[in-house]
Amino acid sequence: MSTIESKDTNLPIYTAKDFTTDQDVRWCPGCGDYAALAAVRKALPGVNTRKENFVFVSGIGCAARFPYYVDTYGMHSIHGRALAVATGVKCANPELEVCVVSGDGDLLSIGGNHTIHTMRRNVDITIMLLNNKIYGLTKGQYSPTSEQGKISPTSPAGSIDYPINPIALAVASGCTFIARSIDVDMKGMDEIYKRGIDHKGTAFIEVYQDCNIFNHKAWFYASQKDTMPETTIKVEHGKPLIFGAERNKGIRFNNGQPEVVILGENGITEADLIIHDETNMFLANMYSQMAHPEFPEPMGVLHADPSKPTYNDLLHQQINEAKSQSTKIDLQTLITGNESWEVHEKA
Amino acid sequence: MTTQQPIEKPSAILDSVVIRFCGDSGDGMQLTGGQFTDTSAIFGNDFATFPDFPAEIRAPKGTTFGVSGFQLQFSSEDIFTPGDRVNAMVAMNPAGLKVNIDDVEPGGIIIVNEDEFTKGNLSKCGYPAGYNPLEDEVINAKYNLVKVPMSRLTKESLAESGMGAKDINRCRNMFALGIVYWLYERPIDQTVHYLKNKFAVKKKLPQIAEINIQALKAGYYFGETAEVFPSRYRVPPAKQQPGIYRQISGNEATVLGLVTAAQKASKSIVYASYPITPASGVIHGLSNLKRFGIKTIQSEDEIAAICTAIGASFAGDIGVTGTSGPGLALKGEAMGLALMLELPLVIVDVQRAGPATGLPTKTEQADLLQAMYGRHCESPLIIVAPRSPSDCFNMAIEAVRLSVKYMCPVIYLSDGYIANGAEPWKVPDVNDIPEIKITHPTMDDIGENGFRPYERDPQTLARRWAIPGTPGLEHRVGSLEKEDETGNVSYDPDNHDKMVRMRAEKVARVAESIPLLEVDGESSGDVLVLGWGGTYGSINTAVHQLRAKGYKVSSAHLQYLNPFPSNTEEVLRSFKKIIVPEINLGQLSLLIRAKFLIETTGINIVKGQPFKVQTLVERITEVIES
Repeated sequence: MSTIESKDTNLPIYTAKDFTTDQDVRWCPGCGDYAALAAVRKALPGVNTRKENFVFVSGIGCAARFPYYVDTYGMHSIHGRALAVATGVKCANPELEVCVVSGDGDLLSIGGNHTIHTMRRNVDITIMLLNNKIYGLTKGQYSPTSEQGKISPTSPAGSIDYPINPIALAVASGCTFIARSIDVDMKGMDEIYKRGIDHKGTAFIEVYQDCNIFNHKAWFYASQKDTMPETTIKVEHGKPLIFGAERNKGIRFNNGQPEVVILGENGITEADLIIHDETNMFLANMYSQMAHPEFPEPMGVLHADPSKPTYNDLLHQQINEAKSQSTKIDLQTLITGNESWEVHEKA
Repeated sequence: MTTQQPIEKPSAILDSVVIRFCGDSGDGMQLTGGQFTDTSAIFGNDFATFPDFPAEIRAPKGTTFGVSGFQLQFSSEDIFTPGDRVNAMVAMNPAGLKVNIDDVEPGGIIIVNEDEFTKGNLSKCGYPAGYNPLEDEVINAKYNLVKVPMSRLTKESLAESGMGAKDINRCRNMFALGIVYWLYERPIDQTVHYLKNKFAVKKKLPQIAEINIQALKAGYYFGETAEVFPSRYRVPPAKQQPGIYRQISGNEATVLGLVTAAQKASKSIVYASYPITPASGVIHGLSNLKRFGIKTIQSEDEIAAICTAIGASFAGDIGVTGTSGPGLALKGEAMGLALMLELPLVIVDVQRAGPATGLPTKTEQADLLQAMYGRHCESPLIIVAPRSPSDCFNMAIEAVRLSVKYMCPVIYLSDGYIANGAEPWKVPDVNDIPEIKITHPTMDDIGENGFRPYERDPQTLARRWAIPGTPGLEHRVGSLEKEDETGNVSYDPDNHDKMVRMRAEKVARVAESIPLLEVDGESSGDVLVLGWGGTYGSINTAVHQLRAKGYKVSSAHLQYLNPFPSNTEEVLRSFKKIIVPEINLGQLSLLIRAKFLIETTGINIVKGQPFKVQTLVERITEVIES
């Protein structure tokens, strides 16, 4: 750890190295998780808190090995339960920055219930979903985000499951920060991650992550240099939805529906395009439904509403109010109760 | 009302009385019984209560499965159970009578609301057409059947109140209570005070308070003037140790025990739970104690609840979760996690009758083996079990104490019977309760090799509890097997064998921190009756009755099930015959036989009901004489 103190906050100045443990990283070479880990290590020094206040919690799966590689407090819990554990950590000590990193099986299948309810309660936790659309650690079975028809050891004739839409789930659960990134976009990812941690409330960040062993190229349509500008759209607060290698395409509303348009064609100008507004949940809902190949898939901070109080704040607020309103907080009075009686010494 | 009215017939003095109120689940029988209990408590009787209600909140009116009952025994002697045979019963409808009449002793008093014995109601609860039990000669000969037109009398007494028929009808239970208060020479002041506070003060419904009080008085005066009872009865106050007393149920005592433990440990509790009968009373109670820093979280499911409690413990609070048997099953994997992490955690299991949904409002003791073995692989936990409603206070403190001392989850096995049942409790002086000492390591504790999260106390084998936010002690814990001391992930075969034994040894060493097993009666001899948990009252009463009859029989009761107290084997070997009554098919017997190779004779009755003392007396006698 660096010993230089920054002037204004007394906080040590950290670098990515301060957040790196001595454990060998054991992901497969070429795995997208490396990029996510690098982005997180890069983002943490920029967060306005001390290193010892970070807690990383994960469930089970390849992605869930994450805490072993980040030199903070951490818990590698059991399958699907990271968010329930993280909720307990945050409620016990709201000063802690609680981060959950896990995969699509962990957060959306076995742990789906906790994902819904953490978002619904707006617990101040940063969730990174490393979505590779496959079960990696158990050797390649289809996952809840796999496309229908996926051939896998448990679906040799093609999966008949319809996939879940993580962003739509976040919208439906009232998540107050919803973002998406991709493992090849290191810079975008670390900026989004830092914003997610800074957000007061549940931050949900979906990362398109390549499993180069069991589901290689699942995200190729969005990750390749030549296709990315056409198949994804980076949204920025207050700016029109423009995309394309030549920045000549945009999204506008047509009869209540989003529509891809070419700027300059049929008199269409930037003024016709949808302006991204992070606070607008209707737009977030629309983004959740924009899917390849009909639409470019939205990347960036799709929704951020810091106005909703967090669960942990409300919990502590109620406790503080109860403490301040009670004239007497006395254990003996409590256990004696209001309906006690006295038995006197017999004369 | 407290002054004695001149009465012609002398009161009969009784040592103790068992009374049961029964009726529809909407008839207010729990409230009525609770009021009689409060009044008897303040009067100075010892008592024990047994609320017995259906799982349905409002089952179809008038049906047998919708019958709700509340039984209490009040006494001038020390008592430990709500009693076997009912001396007096109030039945608000035919279904209540039908379900409960067999429990009333021959010659016992049965007060019925005869207005409810209509053709329709009689048929609803399955009496044959044309039959009315109130006209049955056998019933009339066997019991002291007192038929009171309670609905009509309540209506008439409140005719001038100007209140609607629905409100007036709801006062029938108070009319019935008034009769019983008269019959047992109880003052009505306590209930008058309660009604005023509940309706006039809290709910701002002074008129409702007024008509209830009027109905209560009307019932009392009815008892006095109607001359339907041969005598009044008096149960003098019990001889109790001087001190401050209160009434307490098991769930209330669990709440107070947890709060006390938190205060004594200078810690905050996070209680995460998913509502489940009969454990919900614990989260209800704790949710009202925010001023003591208690954080309650109603989780989305049972698994979330325990995992949230584990997260809270990791962060430095005391994590507690509460449930019943079905929920304990769901928490299995996470209990294993807490065991691997070696973090404090208390799991409250208020047992109910099962398996599956079973009989949710009825009691059972059949989660013992689940608590012992209901997890994958070698995963021993500490298990404690309170033996009575008030003992829940002590054992909840014990659960927290042992959990933080040994950095190990503790399962706390209460049951529906003691959770809902109430008894008088001599309130302890909180200053007499020892502090619970907890230390968290800091940077100063880092040794030459850096901070090692799994370094252990050589005596307890507990690892150190380093909490997030502590500079320099950043570390990772996890569900994978870990190397001892460093806590690093380890697949080494020898290390796994070592850690499996280490976790078992840690639990075994808890025996050094718990009291020895005490024997009631001779410390050796022919017969020992060994029980555990909520059956203490019944077993104790039965054994005392047997001794009074001249039988040589001792008893011992386990409040610590894993590990057993260190003298358990010695105690058992001091007797020729070990009788183990349990509300299951022999789970403690199985453990005793497996661990000590000592033969036991089980008394196993699994009806969703607490043991009847008489049944135990008979069955123990059979074993002794066999």
